[in-house]
Amino acid sequence: MRIGVDVGGTNTDAVLMDGRDVIAFTKTATTEDVRSGVSAAISDILKTAGVGADQINVVMIGTTQFTNAFVERRSLLPVGVIRLSLPAGRGLPPMTDWPEDIRSIVDGACYQAHGGYQYDGSELAPFDEAEIERIAKDISVKKLTTVAISSCFAPLNAEMEKRAAEIVARHNPGVRMTLSSEIGRIGLLARENAAAMNACLADLSVKVVDAFAGALKDLGIKAPFFISQNDGTLMSAQAVARYPVHTFASGPTNSMRGAAFLSGLEDAIVVDIGGTTTDVGVLKNGFPRESTAQVDIGGVRTNFRMPDLYSIGLGGGSLVKDGETVRVGPQSVGYRLTEDARVFGGKELTATDIAVAASGAEIGDPNLVAALDKDFVRKADAEIHAMTDAAIDRMKTSAKKAPVILVGGGAVLIHRDLQSANEVIRPEAAPVANAIGAAIAQVGGEIDRVFNFNEISREDALAEAKSQAARRAIEAGARADDIKIVDIDEIPLAYLAGSVRILVKAVGDLELARGRQ
Amino acid sequence: MPSVPSPQSASAVRLEDLEDMARGAAFLGAGGGGDPYLGRLTAQHAIQTYGAPDCISVDDLDDDAPVFLAAMMGAPSVMTEKITGVDEIETALAALEQHLGRKAAAIIPAEIGGINAMLPVAIAAKRGVPLVDADGMGRAFPELQMTTFAVYGVSTSPAAVANEYGEYQIINARNDKRTEDAARQLVIQMGASVGLSCYPMLGSEVKRTSVHGTITLALGIGRAIAQGRKDGDPFDALLAYLRTTDYYSECGVLFSGKIADLERKVEGGFTRGKCVIKNDDDGDDMEVIFQNENLRASVGGKTRCIVPDLIVILDADSAEPITTEGLRYGQRVKVMGVSCAPNMRAPNALQLFGPRAFGLEEEFIPIEQRINGR
Repeated sequence: MRIGVDVGGTNTDAVLMDGRDVIAFTKTATTEDVRSGVSAAISDILKTAGVGADQINVVMIGTTQFTNAFVERRSLLPVGVIRLSLPAGRGLPPMTDWPEDIRSIVDGACYQAHGGYQYDGSELAPFDEAEIERIAKDISVKKLTTVAISSCFAPLNAEMEKRAAEIVARHNPGVRMTLSSEIGRIGLLARENAAAMNACLADLSVKVVDAFAGALKDLGIKAPFFISQNDGTLMSAQAVARYPVHTFASGPTNSMRGAAFLSGLEDAIVVDIGGTTTDVGVLKNGFPRESTAQVDIGGVRTNFRMPDLYSIGLGGGSLVKDGETVRVGPQSVGYRLTEDARVFGGKELTATDIAVAASGAEIGDPNLVAALDKDFVRKADAEIHAMTDAAIDRMKTSAKKAPVILVGGGAVLIHRDLQSANEVIRPEAAPVANAIGAAIAQVGGEIDRVFNFNEISREDALAEAKSQAARRAIEAGARADDIKIVDIDEIPLAYLAGSVRILVKAVGDLELARGRQ
Repeated sequence: MPSVPSPQSASAVRLEDLEDMARGAAFLGAGGGGDPYLGRLTAQHAIQTYGAPDCISVDDLDDDAPVFLAAMMGAPSVMTEKITGVDEIETALAALEQHLGRKAAAIIPAEIGGINAMLPVAIAAKRGVPLVDADGMGRAFPELQMTTFAVYGVSTSPAAVANEYGEYQIINARNDKRTEDAARQLVIQMGASVGLSCYPMLGSEVKRTSVHGTITLALGIGRAIAQGRKDGDPFDALLAYLRTTDYYSECGVLFSGKIADLERKVEGGFTRGKCVIKNDDDGDDMEVIFQNENLRASVGGKTRCIVPDLIVILDADSAEPITTEGLRYGQRVKVMGVSCAPNMRAPNALQLFGPRAFGLEEEFIPIEQRINGR
């Protein structure tokens, strides 16, 4: 059996699963120390199911702790950033595009050194050991404890980043190291930004991973645990301690993956209705469709792959106002829903109150909204459905109606059919879709390389890219007999006849997560 | 005859203008010209280091002032790794200055579309010389000879290209096409992303041959989109602004829909391909064909806008312009058609960059005749 946990800013959810069966689930409050909240949630489901700690063979955890810390600028370390690309790239030193408020915290020192590669893999400049030695000593003088290293075309060849890391580590015992080649794709500045973001979380990541490990230890669970990353696949706890940045988008990804699992659909629209906002995303082959735009996090541009989401200000706590037209949101009572909403004896009229009045759902005390004007309730209810329809419509890629999966605590708002949907699915475990998404996460491997079709045929290049991606997935713990290629992207490089950048992503089920067959 | 916007006195390109200017430059890139984000950062860094350069109207140029172009040439995706910028362009510029025995009194962008609108800001800042509020096309084009400079008699060569090592090559060719061919070979040999200076001119030639006022226009376009987002509808704001301009006043949204098919391949050193956009009604699809820049937009086989008029694909929500490389299956977009500058539509101009210059066997019909004659 396995456990999925979602540690959000407000709630910590846990779910117990056996193979494809959901045995138990729970929702608890996130605690300051993380550890006690995770421990409480897991202990709750084990008790409910009457299952012992020794019966758990793997734990999967999803968390937004690192994203929140970066956006809120807390628990961040000053970083030394070293870029190996001279004589190129002098015009834009590292961290040029960071907002001042976060740069003043994270910018420990920026260095530009010789090195890196050309697009064809040849050396841009020879590695200069003495130059790196000088930088390493300066880092030691500045007492920086975490360092990010980038180099030109590192996704093609990471050798120089590794050599620089060795030298820096030699002069700075115990220093934490982030290599851009381990983080991202082509696009030096965005990849370097991601590396620096990762480096500044070096203390927090260890602390959070320790809290997870501690929670499992408290409960006597000896099974290994994994943490889910941006694309819905898993990474080891050790890997997260080193690369927390890979978890930045795991929240919405897990919710969508959980929705796919609960509904049994691979291609559908997922509508996640929370207290304040509704996120609409698209499932393609069981995975979230990714955003095509560059993603800014906390004001810093990255090239992370993030689910393509459209968010509107509609949630269970959205305020409903009467006037010339009925208006729902974007103001919301948020987490105070259970105090402020009418059905809970509060004074504010919320979307939840409308849903209860219109559908007779049993939330709080339905009698408290019985006196609402019928026509007003009908209009507000229609507006809630229309807003959701419009959001779904934006995200669809064809005019055809699509199945819609409703998840999240506010899913009760939608109690009628939606015009944009040919089917509306409301899974029972919808409130803990995030934790389920974590529990069913697979392991993946990615490759991003430039091939020259004058030297290798397109078929051979694709085959090589696929097999490299599959190999990486297996190295990450996927079952070798069940690897699927889920994404292939070919980008011809303008002006370079025959040169094409190929990106391939492979995923497979975690060997450890096999349930009863 | 080129239409000339009202003359204005010198004003600095300020830091706070750069984001709007880059967005406007992306719009005027008409799909090409590369993502101006890195160009914007390069300009920002240069202004922070050297101070803001003046931006002067062509009317304020002395007739005998030496004016030099500053640009990058190469594969945008390689540029994003090597961050080609000030050093490479400055090497090319200095080489050309030395070759000609005269120093730049002012810097002019080759193309106001894309990254090459932003890099000259950085060069002007570093050199401490003014930036000329004009360019050679009022948009972006894929080949060196496709400029109003060439149309109105300025030679592309001597030209200089340089890379990050400080290596440079001077090209002296017998015609503009030969210069383009030589430069393209050098780009590949020198690392696929290089600095460039060509079309060396004097102030009088700039006045006679350039498209005037385009830096101001890029800034205006970017501002209109930003303001429109705040006010509720960036497309309304953008169209309203364009209608007040001298060149881009004939404009409209030609189509709204989602990208249903996308074909891109590298052919003869360019990204060529097409993009099919479906709308939610059952009507005909729009097809946009491109060679780095968007060339023709048609619905049901009927042309709605064609080069050198501008075809711009924008995010349907934010009105953020999308480059050819940034197009993705499933994006929701609006396609706009916009008139180009009048001196781009003369017969000898159309020979260089009209439909037939791109292998499209049809006459250029201005956008205003198409959208008004519907």
